Amino acid sequence: MARIIVVTSGKGGVGKTTTSAAFAMGLAERGFKTVVIDFDVGLRNLDLIMGCERRVVYDFVNVISGEANVGQALIKDKRNPNLFILPASQTRDKEALTVEGVGKVLDELSAEFEFIICDSPAGIEKGATLAMYYADDAIVVTNPEVSSVRDSDRMIGILSSKSRRAEQNLDGIREFLLVTRYSPERVQRGEMLALEDVQEILSLDLIGVIPESPSVLNSSNAGVPVILDRESNAGQAYNDMVARYLGEDLPHRFLKAEKKGLLGRLFGG
Amino acid sequence: MALLDYFRQRKSNSASIAKERLQILVAHDRRVGGPSYLPQLERDLLKVIRKYVAVDNDAVSVSVEHDGRQEILELNIVLPD
Ligand SMILES: Nc1ncnc2c1ncn2[C@@H]1O[C@H](COP(=O)(O)OP(=O)(O)OP(=O)(O)O)[C@@H](O)[C@H]1O
Ligand SMILES: [Mg+2]
Repeated sequence: MARIIVVTSGKGGVGKTTTSAAFAMGLAERGFKTVVIDFDVGLRNLDLIMGCERRVVYDFVNVISGEANVGQALIKDKRNPNLFILPASQTRDKEALTVEGVGKVLDELSAEFEFIICDSPAGIEKGATLAMYYADDAIVVTNPEVSSVRDSDRMIGILSSKSRRAEQNLDGIREFLLVTRYSPERVQRGEMLALEDVQEILSLDLIGVIPESPSVLNSSNAGVPVILDRESNAGQAYNDMVARYLGEDLPHRFLKAEKKGLLGRLFGG
Repeated sequence: MALLDYFRQRKSNSASIAKERLQILVAHDRRVGGPSYLPQLERDLLKVIRKYVAVDNDAVSVSVEHDGRQEILELNIVLPD
């Protein structure tokens, strides 16, 4: 039986796909058989971030509608033999997803894989609610910014009421907070919500803090999950997050502004 | 040193405004789907508090939080500056 993890947020553009790609690669690197599914039907992106966009033949919707089987649609990662990608459809819309259809595909994948990562689309419509419906765990991706925090709070409410676990009265989805695009410099200047503020408002277990980092864009340009950029702060922070998910107790890093010289202090604000 | 301090301490404080706004907003959002007596409870509490402090109309917010299997009634009162 696989563990199903949804990467969700409510608000768009906060880093769900970046996180899904990094998290899946991190689990695969630790030897777990992992599949990452793009639930953003109509706006697929995960294949680009994973660098396998030219190898897409069949997609998630093809499998749900019986036009292809799961094996035909899965793309094997070229860097890691434990990692597979199930791309979204670019031409259909989210109505093509159904509770039963998604359930059937997840069941089939569950027999093969240890972890199934569901990259949720933004919003609270069908794509997002289906991405979380079967989840055992949820990573709530939040930027330190008012609308993102508010939307995450909405999502946390939905996670606890509209999931298979809630409907069947099982233990609830385990929820974790991942703060991304964190800029300690801006927090120090009082321009950005501090980590403690976000945590206080959402009161979830913190699984990681990913700093704002140019390496995220560089990695997506190249189609490489940022976790493979081992030099970068963001890559290392994602690596810590994967380790924490697997039970390691690591201190959070990259939370303090780097010290500047006198001129930096005078002119850098 | 005074000059240096001046530059260093000139913090904009928008983050703390953001936090305050969020706390109120989130408490209101969470009321949706909560027990139906929450709005009346809020109005009653507002009346009582106003006997002692001149607070704003939206100064009181009550919400229900879920913490595992426990439900917690959370009360937020914003005092005037
Ligand atoms: N830690 C980071 N530092 C800098 N840029 C980042 C970081 N995380 C994400 N980004 C950038 O933010 C943008 C959105 O990221 P991403 O596509 O992962 O978000 P998303 O939540 O999946 O978006 P959508 O809701 O559209 O699916 C991208 O341009 C990405 O490069
Ligand atoms: Mg995305």
